[in-house]
Order: sequence, then structure tokens, then C-alpha cells
Amino acid sequence: MIGQNTIKSVLLAISVLLVSLVSFAETTHKKDELELEHEFDISGLIMHHIKDAHEIHLWGGAHDGVSIYLPIILLDNGTKVFSSSHLYHGEEMTAEDHATHETIHYTVGVGPAEGYALYHEKIYKLDNGELHFEDGHPHNAKPTSLSMTKNVIVLLIVALLVCWFAFSTAKYYKKNGAVAPKGIAKFIEPLVIFVRDDIAKDNIGEHKYMKYTPYLLTIFFFILTGNLLGLLPMLGANLTGNITITFFLAVCTLLATVFSGNKNYWKHIFATPGVPKPLLIIMMPIELVGILTKPFALMIRLFANMTAGHVIILAFVGIIFINKNIAWGALSVPMALFISVLEILVAFLQAYLFAMLSALFISAAVEEDHH
Amino acid sequence: MTGTVAAIGAGLAVLGAGLGIGRIGGSAMDAIARQPEASGKIQTAMIIAAALIEGVALFGVVVGFLGL
Amino acid sequence: MDLITPDLGLLFWTGLVFVLLLFLLTKFAWKPILNMVNTREQKITEALELAEKTKAEMQQLAAQNEELLKEARATRDTMIKEAKSTADKMVEDAKSKAKEEAEKVIENARVSINAEKVAAVAELKAQMAAFSIEIAEKVVRENLSSDEKQKTLADKLVGEINLN
Repeated sequence: MIGQNTIKSVLLAISVLLVSLVSFAETTHKKDELELEHEFDISGLIMHHIKDAHEIHLWGGAHDGVSIYLPIILLDNGTKVFSSSHLYHGEEMTAEDHATHETIHYTVGVGPAEGYALYHEKIYKLDNGELHFEDGHPHNAKPTSLSMTKNVIVLLIVALLVCWFAFSTAKYYKKNGAVAPKGIAKFIEPLVIFVRDDIAKDNIGEHKYMKYTPYLLTIFFFILTGNLLGLLPMLGANLTGNITITFFLAVCTLLATVFSGNKNYWKHIFATPGVPKPLLIIMMPIELVGILTKPFALMIRLFANMTAGHVIILAFVGIIFINKNIAWGALSVPMALFISVLEILVAFLQAYLFAMLSALFISAAVEEDHH
Repeated sequence: MTGTVAAIGAGLAVLGAGLGIGRIGGSAMDAIARQPEASGKIQTAMIIAAALIEGVALFGVVVGFLGL
Repeated sequence: MDLITPDLGLLFWTGLVFVLLLFLLTKFAWKPILNMVNTREQKITEALELAEKTKAEMQQLAAQNEELLKEARATRDTMIKEAKSTADKMVEDAKSKAKEEAEKVIENARVSINAEKVAAVAELKAQMAAFSIEIAEKVVRENLSSDEKQKTLADKLVGEINLN
């Protein structure tokens, strides 16, 4: 109960802080877009925000703004490393779509980025010095890219943050022994105990939960930090709203489930007890697909929840710029604020759900026969 | 055109999810009214069930993304 | 579409960072934290048990004290009672003895007084008789001739004398 109250108060403090920051930053961002005097492209802006990028765009327009250019690492006949500014501020090119005959603008890299082009944050190899478009997509080959994109940077920040508070908590106990927590440990410990008791112990069971608690703790804190960091403006991070990240986490849970599956688990999949033999022919593929659909649902749930949250907040703020009238702020800002607060709840809820459902899947795999 | 169809699809998905979550919420209220001492457990179960339904609805949203 | 297509480069970095994170956190954070939390929980349980035990002991001790006090009080009461009764008895005894003595003394006195009295009366009688005889002799010497007559007269006179 004490733990819950602490979490509640911290949550409230964070929410107040974040909401003010989010609304403020998004508003300034949008103002600059307006100055371009183009038709305001809300879906383009939202897509740009929720997708990965090779720069961290801080403020300003596309050409006069301030960005941190991230290193690009390409495995294409040897390793090539260069700054993304060579791609962003390269040679402006136009091309005609072969199918729709629309004119498309893109930039071709200069200097060390020679021979590559960037289109919608994807790197393509140039063919005869240009890109060939069909149905809005380039048909050029893509080099293997291990670039430090925005999401990789955010990933590292999340990892460092999690390491920082986990290690400080561990250090606190090392220094003071088994005493009541203070400082950062006071915030982390209730969460650790919550994951251990309410997620691991309740689902996996008294005897086997210790083996999986570290994994569940890591996944919980990783997702939680990623979710909360995603609500920060400026950074524009959408780490847990990125399908690659959620895909990887879901694969981890899948592997944990499959490799801890005992005889009973596999028996239920290949020969479900109480099912007639002919039916097993139908049941077996369904059960096998079931192994995959569970983590697939995990992947989609986290990705879609976080992405949808970002989209909704941006869309609400975007109302002002679509209508080009500040009075709409009276409607859109409170709505964006409400959604931002909701997103903080969702940040905790999705981290909880991912860890909870992972624990549930693992528990199904390690459950002993009760028949 | 694809965008419009995707939007309609997303709307339908939201409709279903809204109905589902509404039912869960209503049932949870009933349950809490009947057994106020079990409200903590009911709330947890409610949130999990709501999140699961929301997940299904978000499949719809993802299909909408496919069209983009 | 590319929104829901996993990116190979990011996947590589995610895998690397996450596996490292999982390893480091498990080894250097979660295990020590969980161990400490377990130790502390154990310590708290033990402390609670100890407190419970001490409390029971204290209660027992208090009960014992109460018992002892009660006993002491009872002993004191009986002692007081006994002393009182002894004292009472002694006083009573002394009183009765004294009374007896006194009665004895009185009785003795009475007896001796009576004896003295009887003796005195007898002596008085004898002396009176002698006096009377003397007197009578003197008187009658003059009047009486015979001794016989004289004696009869004297007895008669003595008998008439009422000393009481």
C-alpha cells in the first residue's frame, strides 16, 4: 500500500511535468512548420515523428533548423562510416515516378556519402546517379545499414537510464545492508517487488518464479523507461512504438517460452489431452500457430499502443495548424493534455501488460501436469 | 482512397473495442458494487481484459497503417 | 507499410543492447537487490517473531509477578491474623488468670477471715464466759451459795448474749 502511494505521487509529479513540456514543445515545433507557408501536411509530420530517423531534430525547419546528425554505418563492400548531414544536406534531386508520373524530391549524398541517397529516412544505393521510383517507392537496392539512428541513440539512453537506477539501487543495498530503502532505491524497490510478487510469483508459481524474475524485471523497466522517454519532447523518441523493438522483445519472450517448455507443455500442443485422434490433425497446426500468435499479439499491442498515443497527441496539436487559427488551441491543448496524462497511464500499463503476459506465457510452458 | 477506407476500418475497430471495453467496465462496476472488498482484484482483471480488447482494436489500427 | 517492417540495423543494435542489459542487470542489479529484499523480509519476519515471543514472555513474567504478589499478600494476611489471634489469646489468658488469682486470693481471705472470726468468737465466748464467770462469781459470791446454781445461771446468761 505504501509502495502504491509512492508510485502514485511520483506518477502525478511526472505527469504534470511531462504534460507541460509535451504541449509546449509540440506547439513550438508546429509553429515553424507553419512558417514554411506550404499546405500543412499533418500525416507527413506525424509519420516523420513516429518513424526512425538518422538525425535528432531539435527545432527549426528542414533546412534552417538545429539537428544532431547521427553516424551512418553501412556494410557495403567494407564498412563505411560518415555523418548523416552528408545525406540530409546533399544534392537536391527530382525524379518522376514511373507509374504515377508524380514529381518526387530527394537528396543524394555528397562527400563520404557519395553513391547513396536518402528517401523517407531510408538509405538507397544510387543507380546511374539517381533513384528509380515506382508507386512512390524507390526500387534501388538498399545497403546493409547498422547506422546509429535516432532509435539506437534513444535505446542507449534507455539502457543507461535503467542501468543507472538499477545499479544505484543495488549499490545502496550493498552500502547499507538490508535496510529500508531511501532515495532512488525507495522508488525502484516497490516496482521490483511489484514485478516479483504480482507478475512473476502470481503467474509462474512459488517454485519457478526466481529463474524468470530477472528477465521480467529487465523487460518491465526497459519498456517503462522507453515508454516514458517517448513522452519527452525534443528527443522525439518513439522507441517502444517501433516495430523492430517490440519485435525483438516479443522474440525474447517467445524464446523464453519455447526453451522453458516442459514435457507437459509440448504434450498439450502435439497431443492435447481429451481430444480425439482425428481432431488432433486440425488441433496441432492451430496450437503451433498459437505459439507464434501470442508473442505476435505482444509485439503489435505495444507497438500500436505507443504509436497510437503519439499519433493522437500530435493530431490534437495539429488541429491548430490545420485550421491556421490559434483559437483552436482552446480545444486542442486541453485534449492533448488529457491524452498525455492518459499516455502516462498507458506507459505503465503497457510495461505491466508486456511483463504480465510474458509471465503468463512462461507459466503455461513450465506448468506441471494437473490431470 | 485507401486512406479513407483505412479510416473507416479503424472507426469500426474502435466501435467494437468501445463496446467491449464498455461491457467490461460495466461488469466490473457491478462486481465491485456486489463485492466492494474485492475491488482491487476486480480492477486488475478489468484493466488486463480491457488492454487485451484494446490490443485487438489496435490490430485494426495497424491494418490502417498498412494502407499508408 | 515500412512502419510495420522491422529494420535490420535497429534489430542488430536492439539485440546487442538488450542482451547486454539483461546480462548486466541480472548479474549486478536484480540478483543483489532481490537477495537484499529477501534478507530484509526474512529479518523483518524474524524480528516480528522475536517481538511476539518477547511479548508472550513478558506477559508470563507479569502473570508470575502477580501470582507472587498475591501469595505474599495472602501470607501476610494470615500472619497478621495469627499474630492478632495469639495476642488476643494471650490477653484473654492473662485476664482470666488474673481473675482466677484474684478470686483465689479473695476466697483465701474470706476463709481465713471466717476462721479468724470463728476463732475470735470462740475466744470471745470463752473469755466472755470466763469474764462472766468472774463477774458472776464476783456478783454471785455475794448472792449464790452453791457452785451448781452459779454455773447454770452463767450458761443461761452466756446463751442470752447474742454476739451476732
